[in-house]
Amino acid sequence: MSTLAHVFEAEGLATIALGSQRNQIEATAPPRGLWCDFPLGRPLGKPNNPAFQHQVLAHAFDLLAATEPVFEVFAESIEDDGVEMMACPLPPRHDPDAHPAVDEARGLRPAYDRAVERYGNRVGAGRVVDADTITDVIESFARVADGTPWKEAGIPGVPSRAAQDLRGYYETAALGLVDHAPSAWAGTRWFFEQTEAGKTVLAARSAMKAADVKQPIWFYMAPGDR
Amino acid sequence: MTDKAVKAMTADIETLTFDETAFTTPPTLAEAKVAIVTSASLHHPDDDGFAPADTGFRVLAADRRDYVLGHWSPNFDTTGFAADINTVFPIDRLDELVAQGTIGSVADEHLAYAGNQFDLSAVRLDSGPAGARKLKAAGVDVVLLTPV
Repeated sequence: MSTLAHVFEAEGLATIALGSQRNQIEATAPPRGLWCDFPLGRPLGKPNNPAFQHQVLAHAFDLLAATEPVFEVFAESIEDDGVEMMACPLPPRHDPDAHPAVDEARGLRPAYDRAVERYGNRVGAGRVVDADTITDVIESFARVADGTPWKEAGIPGVPSRAAQDLRGYYETAALGLVDHAPSAWAGTRWFFEQTEAGKTVLAARSAMKAADVKQPIWFYMAPGDR
Repeated sequence: MTDKAVKAMTADIETLTFDETAFTTPPTLAEAKVAIVTSASLHHPDDDGFAPADTGFRVLAADRRDYVLGHWSPNFDTTGFAADINTVFPIDRLDELVAQGTIGSVADEHLAYAGNQFDLSAVRLDSGPAGARKLKAAGVDVVLLTPV
């Protein structure tokens, strides 16, 4: 982002770069940089909070008054406690013959559809599979977790992209189950720690790592600290 | 899993440094046309998504709200954007600032790049300048850059 600030400024545009990683925005040193100590993925800080977002923008636009390169820090930090998790009810078992994660994903479909109707499909399925075929991802990852080589498991696309579809499907469904925007990472923690599908992704990822699959193939199936 | 841990993991990613810092003086904000440029890989559903090493940009129409997050990295929260696009792409906030008279106008078109690039030379030398010239031609004065 800060690289683009330098490029755009050289083309005659005044820029203000927001940054979430302090060391990166300081190292690249854009002409006008505002470090906001917010969780990654939320550069304006708080979803559905126009007043807070306007505070960030007001500070950002104030930097336009500078007559030379400037770096400032937004006054308020938002810290992720690393613990908070969405409290979403998971559907009861419906089809005992189905893989538990497949049964779970099917049960979440009404919530997913509700969220898409409310918000649009902003982060949900659609990269390599759509909502109608999201269970194909689960079944293929379950096969990998059970020992099938990943290339023979029928993963519908790049594993990391398929995993993103699955995580997006669940996090979108979660928004259909609650009436507020969750804290940062609370939906992701819920997916990986509470749901059968998230556990299946992690199991497949671990199996691929143990099988000495090239790191970029499995690593990006989940956040890197997993 | 914590935000702090993910940030620590990506903190050492090498960034470009610049020997000189270009600096453009804008018109007063109340007269300025403002555009958003994001590295969140946003695109409209009917546009091509971003490939893993995609150094190009996509155009985001200001009169639409069907923005899709096409980023390849799993290392950031996506529910904020899912619940409120303004968490990443504050287009509604800019419209409000225009209504208040704080900024002059909002560009009709905004840009999205893919922030998950390790080789930034093409962005620096090709797609970056191209995007800037597109905005400049549209009369944009000020660019707000947002990451994820």
